[in-house]
Amino acid sequence: MASWLQVAVLVVALAVVHKPLGDWVARVYTSEKHWRVEKLAYRVVGVDADSEQRWPTYLRSVLAFSLVGVLLLYALQRLQAVLPLDNGMAAVEPSSAWNTAVSFVTNTNWQGYAGESTMGHLVQMAGLAVQNFVSAAVGLAVLAALVRGFARAGTDRLGNAWVDVTRSVTRLLLPLAVVGAVVLVLGGVVQNLSAGTDVTTLAGGSQWIPGGPVASQEVIKELGTNGGGFFNANSAHPFEGPSAWVSLFQVFLILLIPFSLPRTFGRMVGDRKQGFAILGVMGLLAAISVALLSGFQAGALPEGQEVRFGGPLSSLFATATTLTSTGAINTQHDSLTPLGGMVTLFNMMLGEVAPGGVGTGLYGMLVLAVVAVFVAGLMVGRTPEYLGKKLGRREMTLASLYILTTPAIVLVGTAVAIALPEGRAGMLNSGPHGLSEVLYAFTSAGNNNGSAFAGLSANTPFYNVALGLAMAFGRFLPIVLVLALAGRLAAQGRVPVTSGTLPTHRPLFAGLLTAVVLVVVGLTYFPVLALGPLAEGLS
Amino acid sequence: MLRQLLASVRALLLATVVLGLAYPLLVTGVAQVAVPGRADGSLVSTADGTVVGSSLIGQGFVDSSGDPLPEYFQSRPSAGDWDGLASGGSNLGPSSPELAEAVASRRSAVAAFNGVPESDVPDDAVTTSASGLDPGISPAYAAIQVSRVATARGLSAADVQPLVEQATHGRDLGFIGAPYVDVLELNLALDAALG
Repeated sequence: MASWLQVAVLVVALAVVHKPLGDWVARVYTSEKHWRVEKLAYRVVGVDADSEQRWPTYLRSVLAFSLVGVLLLYALQRLQAVLPLDNGMAAVEPSSAWNTAVSFVTNTNWQGYAGESTMGHLVQMAGLAVQNFVSAAVGLAVLAALVRGFARAGTDRLGNAWVDVTRSVTRLLLPLAVVGAVVLVLGGVVQNLSAGTDVTTLAGGSQWIPGGPVASQEVIKELGTNGGGFFNANSAHPFEGPSAWVSLFQVFLILLIPFSLPRTFGRMVGDRKQGFAILGVMGLLAAISVALLSGFQAGALPEGQEVRFGGPLSSLFATATTLTSTGAINTQHDSLTPLGGMVTLFNMMLGEVAPGGVGTGLYGMLVLAVVAVFVAGLMVGRTPEYLGKKLGRREMTLASLYILTTPAIVLVGTAVAIALPEGRAGMLNSGPHGLSEVLYAFTSAGNNNGSAFAGLSANTPFYNVALGLAMAFGRFLPIVLVLALAGRLAAQGRVPVTSGTLPTHRPLFAGLLTAVVLVVVGLTYFPVLALGPLAEGLS
Repeated sequence: MLRQLLASVRALLLATVVLGLAYPLLVTGVAQVAVPGRADGSLVSTADGTVVGSSLIGQGFVDSSGDPLPEYFQSRPSAGDWDGLASGGSNLGPSSPELAEAVASRRSAVAAFNGVPESDVPDDAVTTSASGLDPGISPAYAAIQVSRVATARGLSAADVQPLVEQATHGRDLGFIGAPYVDVLELNLALDAALG
């Protein structure tokens, strides 16, 4: 009973805030006015905030910003020993530094390292947490560009990437982060600049009580659906997740922006019902997932679980973190039951669209909506249209490439790792569960999630490089395709609605979209799921 | 592209100053003024003021050779040996033979140590936590330890029971999470009240 009340309270809280927040975000990306601090920022950066970009320029801005982000974060890690606030940590080893730099810039936050014994406070604050903000802002910016593609007609301009990224930080992420960080501190999450304290325990042993600017990083890790923990144990660590209500609040932070964005979408395309239909699909998939994971975990051994959270809250967190691109954990996913672990895998394989990462989730879902409209068009033999835009050969090519990209990265990556001795050497568990560990790693990296079946020893040169590539391709190839699609859509005129137009705000379409999401993913991944978690769960 | 790269460098340096330094320092300032105790890790001390740990971080109540001390309530097993610099779980899956073996041997050890049948040993007593630093045990695990602790201290179970209740945390707001007993809090109270 108490366990369902947790879900109910979460749903109510999200339902209450999604309208005002979604409306606010729509204003963020449509307002003509620049705030004074933003004007100052544009001057420092040296960009003309009032000129809009064509899609190739928008893309170049995003890619340049991410590339420089990787280089800077790599340099910070390699140089941390000679910089202040290093807490005595040595320079991070090159392959690990590359992996971590890509990981945080791509909003993945896969962690091959253990935070408390690898990263000093400066790298955590000025490196990792900064990317937590700006990688989320990049996801939001790309979404804003795609939605403008639907909303506009007969133009080659998609907005200005610098403005979209800046406003995502100044008007959305930073204000929410400050409020959220204070709530976390009140809940017991630590926030100081101390390296830690050595204490003599009651029984006479010694224990290191770590310190650090944890709350300020914890909040953006969830809000930006990043997921990289200050500590190795992530949100299961008592200093990140000190109590059950804090953990539930973290689930709320994870889902807050992604579930508000469909409203933003509806606002920006001038038809709120369109946003509501998308929200409905996301909500339905999320509800199924929560029910399944909770069901499979009922009565399981609490291995890898914290007593104060208990089973139901652990399952809820695991669902939320894999349905979005977060990857934070409050329970060890490697120790979930085989079928429970399969649900978390499947959540990520859906492409993280229910509701998905900030920005990335909705743009993934909109591409799937394009595919769904196309499928419906094939059934009745009409030229498919979505939101007044014709979906011709070029549009469908881009959408199809989008839905093929991530599965290709995941399956090829897994196959290569299983084929090579370096890849097989990393497995902790044997048999099907070992395969699941490798599959989970590439699914997590390719979909920019970042959670792990942490038994896999992934901090090796092989996995650092391979997963780094998976994260980079999994982030930027879809962005290229989405922005190209946005450019095509914006350039089109608007087709008038006729009696033959498929209404895309009705339950019929929502049902079709749900089916497309499940069928596309199901058929793609069923063989490998059968060899891994299904084989383990049914044996 | 060069223009974009230069703009990116400037943008990231600006972001580093604002989001990487000003923002965390602001939050640190607010936290240190408003709730310094919590911001510094909820440290707890004995009656004479010696800091012995954090009420949030579990610790081992074992002697130098790793054997459990009967006069203290015992925490859950830890995959990282309660090391504050090595948080994490065992990562063993439920089908792992290694896990099955560990659970079986812990179950018989806990049963023997507390003088109860194996069927009375709750699951949290024989499994490692997600963090390796779990401060809590289930009320059921505390319950089977009461008479052992009382005997080791030359007390009656009725003397110990109220302290267990004081250290028991219900579900947050009555419905979030699960009830647990904070082991360090309980053992500190035992030492303070009963010597």
